[in-house]
Amino acid sequence: MSNALSIILIPGLPLLSFLLLGLFGRKYLRENAGWIGTLSLLASTVLSLVTAFNYFFVSGKVSGVYQQIIVAKHTWLEFSHGVSIDMGFMLDPISVMMIVIVTFVSLMVHIYSLGYMKGEERFATYYAFLSLFTFSMLGLVLSSNIFQIYIFWELVGVSSFLLIGFYFDKPSAVAASKKAFIVTRFADLGFLIGILVLSFGAETLDFKTLIERLTTSTPQLNSMIGASFLGASSLTWGLLLVFAGGAGKSAMFPLHIWLPDAMEGPTPVSALIHAATMVVAGVYLVARLFPVFAISAPGALQVVGYVGAFSALIAAVIACTQTDIKRVLAYSTMSQIGFMMFALGVSGYGGEHGLGYMASMFHLFTHAMFKALLFLGAGAVIHYVHSNEMEDMGGLRSKMPVTHLTFLIACLAISGIPPFAGFFSKEEILLAAFQHNKLIYAVALFTSGLTAFYMFRLYFSIFWNKEFHAEHHDDHGEGPMTMKLPLIILGLMALIAGFVPFSHFVTSDGQMLETEMHIVFSVAPVFLALTGILIAFRLYKSENPGAEKIASAFGGLYEWALHKFYIDEIYLFVTKKIIFNLIGKPSAWIDRNIVDGGVNLSADLTGDTSDLIKDWQSGKLQKYAIWFFAGAMGLVVVFMYVWR
Amino acid sequence: MSINSIIFYLIAAFIIGSALLAVTARKIFRAAIYLLFSMIGVAALYFWMSYEFIAAVQIIVYVGGIVVLIIFSIFLTHHVGSEMEKPNRLRMVFSGLAALCAFAFSFMVIAKNEFVPSGGAPLPLTVERIGMQMLSTTEHGYILPFEVVSMLLLAAMVGCIVIALKQPEGQIQR
Amino acid sequence: MEVGLTHILFLSTALFFIGVYGFLTRRNTITMLMAIELLLNSVNINFIAFNKYLYGGKLEGVFFTLFLIAIAAAEAAVAIAIIINFYRNYKSIDVEDADSLKW
Repeated sequence: MSNALSIILIPGLPLLSFLLLGLFGRKYLRENAGWIGTLSLLASTVLSLVTAFNYFFVSGKVSGVYQQIIVAKHTWLEFSHGVSIDMGFMLDPISVMMIVIVTFVSLMVHIYSLGYMKGEERFATYYAFLSLFTFSMLGLVLSSNIFQIYIFWELVGVSSFLLIGFYFDKPSAVAASKKAFIVTRFADLGFLIGILVLSFGAETLDFKTLIERLTTSTPQLNSMIGASFLGASSLTWGLLLVFAGGAGKSAMFPLHIWLPDAMEGPTPVSALIHAATMVVAGVYLVARLFPVFAISAPGALQVVGYVGAFSALIAAVIACTQTDIKRVLAYSTMSQIGFMMFALGVSGYGGEHGLGYMASMFHLFTHAMFKALLFLGAGAVIHYVHSNEMEDMGGLRSKMPVTHLTFLIACLAISGIPPFAGFFSKEEILLAAFQHNKLIYAVALFTSGLTAFYMFRLYFSIFWNKEFHAEHHDDHGEGPMTMKLPLIILGLMALIAGFVPFSHFVTSDGQMLETEMHIVFSVAPVFLALTGILIAFRLYKSENPGAEKIASAFGGLYEWALHKFYIDEIYLFVTKKIIFNLIGKPSAWIDRNIVDGGVNLSADLTGDTSDLIKDWQSGKLQKYAIWFFAGAMGLVVVFMYVWR
Repeated sequence: MSINSIIFYLIAAFIIGSALLAVTARKIFRAAIYLLFSMIGVAALYFWMSYEFIAAVQIIVYVGGIVVLIIFSIFLTHHVGSEMEKPNRLRMVFSGLAALCAFAFSFMVIAKNEFVPSGGAPLPLTVERIGMQMLSTTEHGYILPFEVVSMLLLAAMVGCIVIALKQPEGQIQR
Repeated sequence: MEVGLTHILFLSTALFFIGVYGFLTRRNTITMLMAIELLLNSVNINFIAFNKYLYGGKLEGVFFTLFLIAIAAAEAAVAIAIIINFYRNYKSIDVEDADSLKW
């Protein structure tokens, strides 16, 4: 079946290129490595676009409902009948959408990196890692089995770790990669336990069967709801644990601390992994299990909603105070993912109620475009200025016209100004929130205003504000064509992505959903966004003391936000003071004194005994002979008289 | 006392006397010669028991081979006629007593034991019989030990050559 | 008194313990080797004697004696090779000097 083959090739090509570049890249391919990676990904992208076209317009729909199609499946580990780990590829609206996003953004990043990473010594290794990441992410979204998704989930984590720590001679990069890995691993522990709980209850690991069994009235569902632990059913616990894993990858509060530090990696990597693709894996996971959340465990879904809303708010507040442009973008990513999360949280299943689900996926789609654009633009700026700090920038609009224009488009898109992409998806999210939960709606409205403010604070600080002084600076221009082209393509996407009739394709139950724009409803958020932009314009358009005045007016709150609400410090306190002292030190003591003591005791005993008897080993041959003779005679006596 | 017994006692006295001299002589070369006499005595004992083939092998291998080898090694390592230093007197007394006691004990056990001949008329020991059974592959054939011993001799030969090879300069210890 | 098995066993036992005495008292490795030859000979005498007096119709004692002689030859050759090598390294064949293999 050529269809199955082409779908296997979508993740297969990056894997191939990873193996090729990883094995031979540094020695033989060197500068060509980039082209190999890019071309294989280009093929992958074309294949996934074809697949998407086929799925959405030709084969996916059966009587008006998009089906889940298993294109290939191989039973890998069978534990018992029905419970097996399969390796398979599943097509459904969200996975098809994700492969398009992943391959497309990854392709943009590959092309961009050709220019950005030029001259890097480990150029081929970099491309090998990128390919590995792309492969893992594609495998993740195509997984047909909850354990398969876990395997790719970890692979994604590893490649993220490798890429964050790419500059491994920089201590901060090493620390950041370790932090990212440990925090997400910690969250993945929850995910794993969640998988075990869910699969134990549903008696299957297969997504399709799992969702079927846990959404209709079956004995498995009843027993899972019946079994309660600490006031919640085992189903709710399982889903919450799975969500904990998703929250770790998607940087939801309180597991978000790794994301800002992850910006130590090369900027294109930040664009690919920590903005557009990997961090939405958590959203994708919740969306994958969404029917179970929505139909059987609304309590768990509410938790998702509130965690998302809170993360969106807190990240937006922190983003207003940061001065490192990549960190601002990191927090804005966290905030936007919070939007997607709570959109899922306020959604119901099926028909009109599924608006939030659709909106969340829509926002995921548009966000991937403009956030990748923002990061790549920031990368171009950093490439030009050689600094991450806002105060080193300013007045770059004439030096970098392409970057300036595309960055502006992205800022408008993320702020939700019509007709840019973000406007449409954000409207849907706000509408869904408005219909289901007024509290979350209020938070979301405020946050979207803040978003506009901090994004334009960033924009004005980089491109306007003071004039750029090019001291000690060789003007090497904006960057090569390979860097500009992705910016332009992504800029176009940020312009038009909003016009995709998304609700026709991706909905909670696979049926087409008609949405309409409520002009009146859009007034409030757009007005708020414009207000945010205006404030940013007043404060940062040119150098003036206004910003500092406002900062000092907020006083304590500003300090708090600047220090990211001291969450890192709380973690450090908990780990260093509490865990190390209460668990680490006693176990170290036990290890040193009791375990080691036991070993030392036996060693000392042996040593002392040997000291006592070592003189027997005199090296005098005749002494041995005498003893041997005496022993032989003794044995004779024993056998003659004692043991007869 | 028949002449046969007298011959046995003479042979026995010769063996024991020369063996005692072989383990006590102060001059090493003389000790080797006494050992030679002792071996010849043993061969004579085999003759006396009318095992002529074994007696011949005893003379060829022990007297003509091993003792000569020992004498060669004495020439290689000693000045002819040099005296060995006296052994520790305490050890001599102690070893002598121990050997004597053990001998007394062993002989007591042997003397008390009654040996029962297992019948079967004594057959004449011909070389032909020995040869046939030695190389026979049927029951009571000794072809396998024969081959094993041949391997052992080969291994010993190779081993001797390797051990006694002159080591390259610089690898000599001390 | 007719000579019987016991007489021959007396002879071989005496020869054996003379060998043991020699092995324990001699410090020169070559003379120790000679003592070992005495031990082996006493065993050979035993085999032949048992074969003659107890198992007249069989040849097992003869074969064991033959194999023992062959093995003794091999043993003597290896022992002398070792002694010569030892002498070459230590300029001595005193067994008291061969004490480097101790704790």
